[in-house]
Amino acid sequence: MRLQLSDEDRELRDELRDFFTTKVPQEIRDDVRAGRELTRDQIVESMRVLNSAGLAVPHWPVEWGGKDWTELQRHIWHEELQAACVPVPLAFNATMIGPVIAHFGSQELKERFLPATANLDIWWSQGFSEPDAGSDLASLRTTAVRDGDHFVVNGQKTWTTLGQYGDWLFTLVRTDPDVKKQAGISMLLIDMTTPGLEVRPIQLIDGGHEVNEVWFTDVRVPAENLVGELNSGWTQAKFLLGNERVGVAPVGATKRNLARAKELAGRQLDDPLVAARFAELENELLALELTALRVVADSTDGAPHPASSVLKLKGTELQQAVSELTMDMAGPAGLASGAGDDSALPEWTHLATPTYLNLRKASIYGGSNEVQRQIIAKTILGL
Amino acid sequence: MDFTYDDEQDALREAVRGLVGKAYSDFEHRRQTVLAEPGYSEDLWRQLAEMGILGLPFAEADGGSGAGPVEVAIVAQELGRVIAPEPFLASIVLAGGLVSAVGTAEQRADVLGALSSGERLVVLAHAEPGSGRANAACEVTATQDGDSWTLTGIKEPVPHGARADQLVVSAALPGGGTGLFLVDPSADGVERTGYAAFDGTRAAKVALASAPATPLGEPGADVEGSIATVHDIARIIAGNQAVGALETALRTTTGYLTSRKQFGVTLNTFQALTFRASDMYVSLELTTSLVLWATMVLAEGDPQAVHAAAARAGLQVARASRHIGQEAIQLHGGIGVTAEYSIGSYTAHLQALEQLLGDATFHLRTLAGTVAEHGTLEPV
Repeated sequence: MRLQLSDEDRELRDELRDFFTTKVPQEIRDDVRAGRELTRDQIVESMRVLNSAGLAVPHWPVEWGGKDWTELQRHIWHEELQAACVPVPLAFNATMIGPVIAHFGSQELKERFLPATANLDIWWSQGFSEPDAGSDLASLRTTAVRDGDHFVVNGQKTWTTLGQYGDWLFTLVRTDPDVKKQAGISMLLIDMTTPGLEVRPIQLIDGGHEVNEVWFTDVRVPAENLVGELNSGWTQAKFLLGNERVGVAPVGATKRNLARAKELAGRQLDDPLVAARFAELENELLALELTALRVVADSTDGAPHPASSVLKLKGTELQQAVSELTMDMAGPAGLASGAGDDSALPEWTHLATPTYLNLRKASIYGGSNEVQRQIIAKTILGL
Repeated sequence: MDFTYDDEQDALREAVRGLVGKAYSDFEHRRQTVLAEPGYSEDLWRQLAEMGILGLPFAEADGGSGAGPVEVAIVAQELGRVIAPEPFLASIVLAGGLVSAVGTAEQRADVLGALSSGERLVVLAHAEPGSGRANAACEVTATQDGDSWTLTGIKEPVPHGARADQLVVSAALPGGGTGLFLVDPSADGVERTGYAAFDGTRAAKVALASAPATPLGEPGADVEGSIATVHDIARIIAGNQAVGALETALRTTTGYLTSRKQFGVTLNTFQALTFRASDMYVSLELTTSLVLWATMVLAEGDPQAVHAAAARAGLQVARASRHIGQEAIQLHGGIGVTAEYSIGSYTAHLQALEQLLGDATFHLRTLAGTVAEHGTLEPV
């Protein structure tokens, strides 16, 4: 039992802190801090700055740009990124498809995609969920039928986050309709400029355009874009979804947002009811962060700690609770969400309610919190 | 940053579990023990002394073994796991902690030696009617006449006060401030009325009428700060005891869900119940993390940091105790409120710990009072 980081870990933390706060453009970090929407260019630029120093994909295999770090060191990296308001490397590239290609892909696929994925030369989008396959992902119906050297894809995906920026799509398709549903799925990589592929925006309650539908009409995909074996897509999907262990709970960003909310609170903090809400959230967040540290410290064998579900569940609840507190502090000013630069009200009050509404998604995506409760009940509690 | 125990600590846990866990492995034995006087097993207490457990936190020069808070926390977790009714908190942590912090070398050797060997039960008498959770003594006053001192007033509730062989009593000093005194409870002017609390543990009213008392440490010195710090330490150790109890409460509940049948199926068939058990697990994990952290802060020893950590652990423990304690009973159904079955007693004992050392509102008030000063919290 020891509270301090080892000398080595402390040095790493200091180096990372220094890099993140001096090398990533201040303007980008200011936008993150203020909770503004980032442009595609900003996300690309930030990830390339990280990649130039070998800090974009530390959890990848070393030969593809990873660092041979401990789980705790990865955790420190992730926390410091968030504390410094650096955009976390694009998840679709860094934590989703990159590790899948590195693990399951052919040498050819690795060489073709991994360097470009780490540098965000390719912007990946995710084509997993369908209108009738949400939490029950294995029920997906988008089909891929072999035709010579190609697969022909038909169907529809949904909830494709930032698909409007995407270059390539990694997707799960049904390649065998006659077997148990999990056994007939394959993973295909699809160039989003291929004829027959159409991205349609979905308007969200916060007024933003963040997610999309992706429609496929006889989209021809070269057979070499299959990842791993035919009909082994479910294995890769589980690998991908289970790979989000480090960073599953956005502790650092939530901590930063709570600290900022307190700065913005001003005199409101003199109100004991408001002070109590802050104190309670700070405490829960501390408990969550310590739990995340316990989880990473116990994950030395590389297998996901079952308590990861706790992190997702509680982490998103706290993320939502902080946005709720911020919105409540904005009070009537929160109505001014559509105000422009000439508004007499501070910018944070414009953003507070859309952010709160937007974050309702957090307890739904990445395995809804009900799915997490199911995992805890079954795999941890044996119920 | 390391949350794991070393081999010696694991061995300590095994040893304590082998003794205490085994003694109370059958809940009926705990029930019978608290039904009889003095409300705990003198036999088990003696065995704990022989094993060196009672002297763990005290310096070797004072008759203890000089172990750290992590070791004491391990003992507390194991006691909590079976809600052992032995007076570990009241005597070793609270009374012993204050004698250790305030007593003269001679007093430490005498009192802590006797406490460690199990020869004498020493408990703290601090709470007074109407004093709430003040660290200062209020209505119990000390009077000095030359070198002799007497105390007058009422202390209640005093955990294990009726059985105690010696009392450590706080009292308002004639010159202001709060002093601590050693009191022989068999002396004239001391009247004790003992009773059982709802969780089976014992407490007492101790009425002092010009009762003879010996100043603990330097006569007339204000030791309110030490009383505060030892209570903070006790909060963290009690948090460990609660974690042990919460673990058992959850395990007992999940065991019940998988064995109890209604409508022809076991209860774990119903998602309305299993999801609630999952939420209990979330509470338990978060609480364990915060309590282990607070224990490590305690091991570092900075009193300011310990004060904040005690409030943080206290708040989380209190929230989890209510959540898990209430749900554990509800998921059991009617049997959960019977004295015969264990689960309700866990809820009761968790509540007693809260009442002894602070509920959520108390701790939240502490944290909210300083919330403007907290920057982003860095646990390491």
